[in-house]
Amino acid sequence: MTVELDRQGSHNGYVEGLPGYRDDAPLLEVEDLQVEFHTRDGVARAVNGVDFSLRAGETLAVVGESGSGKSVTAQAIMGILEEPPARVAGGEIRFRGVDLLKLSAERRRRIRANHVAMVFQDALSALNPVWTVGFQLGELFRKHRGMSRKDARRRAVELLDMVRIPAAAQRVDEYPHQFSGGMRQRVMIAMALALDPEVLIADEPTTALDVTVQAQIMRLLSDIQAERHMGLILITHDLGVVADVADDITVMYAGRAVEQANVRDTFASPAHPYTKALLRSIPRLDVKGQRLEVIAGLPPVLTDIPPGCAFAPRCGYAQDVCRTERPPLSTVTAGRSAACHFASEVMTDDVN
Amino acid sequence: MTSTEPVLQVEGLVKHFPIRSGIVFKRTVGQVKAVDGVDITLNRGETLGVVGESGCGKSTLAKLLVGLEKPTSGAIRVRGEDVTRLGRSGMRRLRRNVQMVFQDPYTSLNPRMTVGDIIGEPYRIHPDAVPKSGRRAAVRELIDMVGLNPDHISRYPHQFSGGQRQRIGIARALALKPEILICDEPVSALDVSIQGQVINLLEELQDELGLSYLFIAHDLSVVRHIADRVAVMYLGKVAESGEENQIYEHPMHPYTQALLSAVPVPDPTLRGQRDEIVLEGDVPSPANPPSGCRFRTRCFKARAEWAKTATDEQRKNTPLAEQAPDVCKQQIPVLEIREGGAHPSACHYAQERDVVHAH
Repeated sequence: MTVELDRQGSHNGYVEGLPGYRDDAPLLEVEDLQVEFHTRDGVARAVNGVDFSLRAGETLAVVGESGSGKSVTAQAIMGILEEPPARVAGGEIRFRGVDLLKLSAERRRRIRANHVAMVFQDALSALNPVWTVGFQLGELFRKHRGMSRKDARRRAVELLDMVRIPAAAQRVDEYPHQFSGGMRQRVMIAMALALDPEVLIADEPTTALDVTVQAQIMRLLSDIQAERHMGLILITHDLGVVADVADDITVMYAGRAVEQANVRDTFASPAHPYTKALLRSIPRLDVKGQRLEVIAGLPPVLTDIPPGCAFAPRCGYAQDVCRTERPPLSTVTAGRSAACHFASEVMTDDVN
Repeated sequence: MTSTEPVLQVEGLVKHFPIRSGIVFKRTVGQVKAVDGVDITLNRGETLGVVGESGCGKSTLAKLLVGLEKPTSGAIRVRGEDVTRLGRSGMRRLRRNVQMVFQDPYTSLNPRMTVGDIIGEPYRIHPDAVPKSGRRAAVRELIDMVGLNPDHISRYPHQFSGGQRQRIGIARALALKPEILICDEPVSALDVSIQGQVINLLEELQDELGLSYLFIAHDLSVVRHIADRVAVMYLGKVAESGEENQIYEHPMHPYTQALLSAVPVPDPTLRGQRDEIVLEGDVPSPANPPSGCRFRTRCFKARAEWAKTATDEQRKNTPLAEQAPDVCKQQIPVLEIREGGAHPSACHYAQERDVVHAH
């Protein structure tokens, strides 16, 4: 079923010549990223120092509630933030050692097409309604690979086939509205994978879909990722999906990464009170629960993040120090870090 | 709290929406069979969960129950009285007893009205519910009951978060002291940590006021948490219904099994060990549902049964959606208790399969 696309070497031959490039550098590293939005109500600090790194073949889940900064982080990596009102206030985003934030717009555009791609949540609004799906897919090959219309269309059919759209040769000439939600999301995935990127960012790729279709799309994504040894950043609020597919997890709260570890460790013994509370608050399919545990209160307003730990007002572990001193993201045990003054206590406390 | 005293009975409920074509002379060219023969019962003090994917008719069902849509045929009995035959004044009486909580707390509250006006609006429509002099106090009591600060009575919806707005929606629904609340995806627009707060509130209110809930949702984990009984819908029909435990632990219908198996469980140690059924294709259009069993075009069971007798030639030439035994293509399966099960399911080949627990 899967059609292997002609690869042009192991890389796409663009990033190699750029300043800072190292073949042995990590695939993608984000360091102390800061993004702010200038609004009428003041400066909203949407991302407040986020660090993570992604290896080839790895699935990193970025988890958080609305307003936690997870989508803004993704948009900053892609370079698709609307500036203004947004502004990257600091930090580095390195792809194979190359700091993307220092590149010109044209260079970023080429990175975006060839090396780092993104799948959006809402496939209907991400596709152009007035062009056929085949034309939109083919555009990538025409613009970036200089292919003829005919060749580009042939490649579009191959891509639709790869994402398991039945009767791809016919459907390539249809318009986005003629596809169902699940099929549209497949088209989005095909488009993101067209130029063989090494990093794929999927921002809530299945949130708008029905649960049976969601399972199809997640399976497709993880098959393709394994096949191509891609790095996948999965942005989601669904901890079930995370448990199913991710290797590592970064939990975000109020624009900061509050916990980072591999998925098994995090679910078994969370080291940050927020992660712990989040895990307890989800109803589970396989157990009939009693009363749901809830996280009292609300996340902070991003224009007015309290000093100290942003989670302190909602936290059962909070002491005086939490209200004055912001805990840095630091190592708790090997391979695990958390931004909490009491991380080791939180971790050793029984989850239930 | 639950009893077997039915407060709401739905019998053979049908809602077809005409598909019209033509600009000057409209002709009806087809029917969208949104709800196509649904029977459900809601008992006093219980929560009936209705689950299903988009297009299964669950939201149309909700609208029919509160009288926002007129059914094509069938009966809706509230305390024994068929409300589909009621006139205007009868409908007003019905609406006092059956209220609705909407999905989207952002669009279901008028942004130009204060919270006090929103929650008190039912009293303007039904002036005899509470005398004018007592209304402000009644509203404050409602605000307090749903866990908001009564001092916020003069604020506007935009000053509240999503979870708080949903509380306002619940308070409005409770203003006329209804017995039945129809909740249409009340928590799906909310973040997980906030979902729990609203679900807990709904459960507390039920215990306190003896309310009956029809709880519509696509999130099966949330439904399991809150529901006493569950009905699974597919393309306008009930595929399976039963006690929460029967549906989740002993599902009989292949659709229920597929639906349950598709829900990711937040436990990484179960990865790869769960019984996963991935369905092919999408839900067919309710304007043109498959003949016989509506699920047969995506059914793994029908395909397996068909394969038992199919020739190699047939296997090669039959499209996936048509791979089903004749009985599935020709006979609409009735929702009834079937061999090997204790609750009704609508499948010719119903058979229990525990998909929720790891094996």
